[in-house]
Amino acid sequence: MYAFEIERPNTIADAVKALQSDGAQALGGGQTLIPTLKARLAAPEVLVSLTGIGEMQGVCLSDDGALCVGAGTTHATVASEAAAHFPGLAELASHIGDPAVRNRGTLGGSLANNDPAACYPAAVLGTGATIITNTRQIAADDYFQGMFTTALEEGEVITEVRFPIPQKSHYMKFVQPASRFALVGVFVAQYADGVRVAVTGASEEGVFRWHDAEKALAADFSDKALDSLSVPADNMIGDLHGSPAYRAHLVKVMTGRAVKAA
Amino acid sequence: MPKDHGIGASDKRREDVRFLTGAGHYTDDIKHYGATTAVFCRSTVAHGVIKSIDTSEAEGMPGVLAIFTGADFADVGGNPAGWLINSRDGTPMKEPKRPVLAHGKVRHVGDAYAAVIAETELQARNAAEAIVAEIEELPAIVDMAAALAGDAFVHDEIETNQCFDWGWIEDNRAATDAAIKAAPHVTTLELVNNRLVPNAMEPRCSIGNYDAGNDSYVLQTTSQNPHLTRLLISAFVMGIPENKLTVIAPDVGGGFGSKIYHYGEEALVLAAARKIGRPVKWTADRTEAFLTDAHGRDHVTKIELACEKDGTFIAFRTETMANVGAYLSNFSTATPTFLHGTLMAGNYTVPNVYVNVKAVFTNTAPVDAYRGAGRPEATYSIERVIDKAARELGIDPIEIRRKNFVKPDQYPFVSAAGLEYDSGNYDALMDTLEKHIDRKGFEARRKESEAKGMLRGLGLNAYIEACGIAPSNLVGVLGSRVGLYDAATVRVNATGNLSVMVGAHSHGQGHETVFPQIVGEMLGIDPQSIDIVHGDTSKIPFGMGTYGSRSLAVCGSAMVRATEKIIAKAKKIAAHMLEASADDVDFKDGQFTVKGTDKSVSFGEVALKAYIPHNFPLEDIEPGLEETAFYDPANFTYPSGAYACEVEVDPDTGKVRVDRFVAVDDFGNIMNPMIVTGQVHGGLGQGIGQALLEGARYDDDGQLLSASYMDYTMPRADDLPFYTVDHANGTPCTHNPLGVKGCGEAGAIGSPPTIVNAVVDALQSAGKNVTHIDMPLTPLRVWDAMQNA
Repeated sequence: MYAFEIERPNTIADAVKALQSDGAQALGGGQTLIPTLKARLAAPEVLVSLTGIGEMQGVCLSDDGALCVGAGTTHATVASEAAAHFPGLAELASHIGDPAVRNRGTLGGSLANNDPAACYPAAVLGTGATIITNTRQIAADDYFQGMFTTALEEGEVITEVRFPIPQKSHYMKFVQPASRFALVGVFVAQYADGVRVAVTGASEEGVFRWHDAEKALAADFSDKALDSLSVPADNMIGDLHGSPAYRAHLVKVMTGRAVKAA
Repeated sequence: MPKDHGIGASDKRREDVRFLTGAGHYTDDIKHYGATTAVFCRSTVAHGVIKSIDTSEAEGMPGVLAIFTGADFADVGGNPAGWLINSRDGTPMKEPKRPVLAHGKVRHVGDAYAAVIAETELQARNAAEAIVAEIEELPAIVDMAAALAGDAFVHDEIETNQCFDWGWIEDNRAATDAAIKAAPHVTTLELVNNRLVPNAMEPRCSIGNYDAGNDSYVLQTTSQNPHLTRLLISAFVMGIPENKLTVIAPDVGGGFGSKIYHYGEEALVLAAARKIGRPVKWTADRTEAFLTDAHGRDHVTKIELACEKDGTFIAFRTETMANVGAYLSNFSTATPTFLHGTLMAGNYTVPNVYVNVKAVFTNTAPVDAYRGAGRPEATYSIERVIDKAARELGIDPIEIRRKNFVKPDQYPFVSAAGLEYDSGNYDALMDTLEKHIDRKGFEARRKESEAKGMLRGLGLNAYIEACGIAPSNLVGVLGSRVGLYDAATVRVNATGNLSVMVGAHSHGQGHETVFPQIVGEMLGIDPQSIDIVHGDTSKIPFGMGTYGSRSLAVCGSAMVRATEKIIAKAKKIAAHMLEASADDVDFKDGQFTVKGTDKSVSFGEVALKAYIPHNFPLEDIEPGLEETAFYDPANFTYPSGAYACEVEVDPDTGKVRVDRFVAVDDFGNIMNPMIVTGQVHGGLGQGIGQALLEGARYDDDGQLLSASYMDYTMPRADDLPFYTVDHANGTPCTHNPLGVKGCGEAGAIGSPPTIVNAVVDALQSAGKNVTHIDMPLTPLRVWDAMQNA
């Protein structure tokens, strides 16, 4: 780790201001950034911690029935507080990382980092959630722009995410054996007007929607509906733990299992 | 009935109290006044010529006290291999120098070429980054077959990448070849014994101290055998006289072999401490542990089993390439040879065995002994090919093993690989295994699994290994450059309590609990009044440390011999106190009694008399009560076992779940059943880890792809089943006083083939023609195998 300064603002406005200084870097729960710093792979001059900002904390229902989660809310809090309203999301949050990760890591941190194997992007894209920042609202379909790449501007802070609550949903994760990130994770959500299927862990492009499966499941929400479909291996990630063909195969298997479990 | 105290009792591990309450003293916990920090510059390329190293900017940075490069150690000795292997043609192995810091070339990613000593770790790291090394990258030599065929060399001066080409037993080669040629059935299997990273919980750490007042050094270091480290530094690497160097290995947080060896960092902190006149500490980070701790296994093998149509074994023939990495670590040449080839007859009466091992230099981290060390490689090859042969011949996997087992009336049995097994009963182990595994119920369990869409397989295995390393005369003939005795000093203090100084080093094994159980029982005193002293060369006799499941069989035997000397002398003192002849004094339950009388004195009274020798026959007996014994074993010990497991394979994902695992072992006599069970559990965890999860993988450029826990899969609790462990079938070792064999590595030896046999069985049950999958059996590999079958 290199030496750095740390700022701990209490309001979004102060955080945004602090992030304008040279070499400033936002710090959520630190579950990715701190190991990166320890490995000397990043050298920010100022870390701006977002965890002390009360208006970015907590889980609630909006008037139109969406689940609103503050971007600074930990996975453990989502796992417990979202359970009654949106069990599919709570279940996903309860299996991110390990207890230490879940008690420090935050929704906003995960989305801003957009690790291609993270769990939350599947839920956000799989529900068509809205990402709210200090300056604007971004639809999930516009937000994720490839591995570790998002629509966020320099200095822009995610403050909240609004999830439309589905009638049925489930996240099925096949873990990479070492890291236990998603080798392939599939979030399936059924709404009155259709089905969304979002896949994380698998693609070189980061989280993506499997449109063919969405159409098939909209007509028949059962794993049998997927029988005739297949996922091309192009653009799938290949590494020690999974070849592109294996990941493409797992996308179908995990989608079917998510539908059965929803 | 299990005993509630003494030998055979499950005394709780007394050392765990300090380990679990944060009161242990690991090397990194030790704070010295004026301590400084060492940080190493390590190669980021696998192979390259060091053109220049510019330290000028770093030298002027804040806190920097000294900088070393390979040039500073160009004239000191190299870190040697402990075992000389001769090739089949009689020529000695190639033995390139292993320097303290790389000089001329870097030979693996992580190879250290410079070190910075600074006031703080941050300052040292900053300065290390400011050192500019110009390294001309060369193509990496990674694949063993390519290394043997190519004309680029890891060590240019030896003009080959082959360290040796060893045959065992070379005189049996022609007969084995002929037997295989004439055999009615030959089963052939090509397999890889996957490279592993040891991953001790505590990374390596060393502190060098130099005392200018008497020109002496102290090295505190994470070592499994401090005396060997002292010997290597003194006699080979730095020339510091042994009387001027103390090596202390305090609490050590796991070794698994990786801390047997002397590493360059230990020499560096000593040299640096002398240069700057202050203590110098280096603590590895986890990345350094991955890149530079000696790795384990890494064999590529072709094995053939020739047999009759009825399954009677005729011959085993093995060709192995063993990766030794970039440099010869201390036991790297013994592990693939005498700890592997000599076991290639297994538990069987097979008449012909021939093993050929070519050791190969590559641009990878050094490879050396890791839990099991050679015996897991032997067992895996033998037991996998037997399983394949049984399937080809349509013979039950238990029956084919029983048909060929050495029988109880054949001991001592000289195997076709040249070892003399002293005791065992492999059929009895298999009988016990069959009682535990409910084989009759297997088909019903398989159907239950199939109803869930899962495939169930049963894997079986029998193993033998060699522990209690080792008879010095024998290993000397075979090329060992050290003796492999051990030593103990039993010091009875004046008030009757004991300090027992032992050459073995405990880093998780439980010596501090078990050794007092034994001495306490022999002397009839409370084990709590006995403390074990280990790990400090200034306090303990010259022992050879802990590895190869040797502590109890070798050091424990030395301790028994020393305790017997104590009893003999105490009897003389007691006889004097009781005014009787020593021949008339009996010793039982801590009391010396004159035969046929009620006259007695206690052990404590005798101890006090020894140190306050008033009215003492000084002409016949010296004061004091302290004895030392060195013990050199007459033979290896031969633990054996029968293992079984059931797995479920998810055919849609390739994921394997171990449903149940039974380990039946013969460890000879058992001193503490709870600790033995714990050792088996640990070994099984590592063996199942090797079979399913762990694999160190280098790419073609020699970069370690699995260099962190993000990519190297350590076994976690939820990867492992509850185990059934049974060690009630012990046949005592015939040649050591406790009748013990050693239990530390068995689980890691017996479990990998058991798991792989089970997975193959599961896939075969679904009609998949899968005869082998290389470890680790990750979901990807299992799924791939099913697609291609």
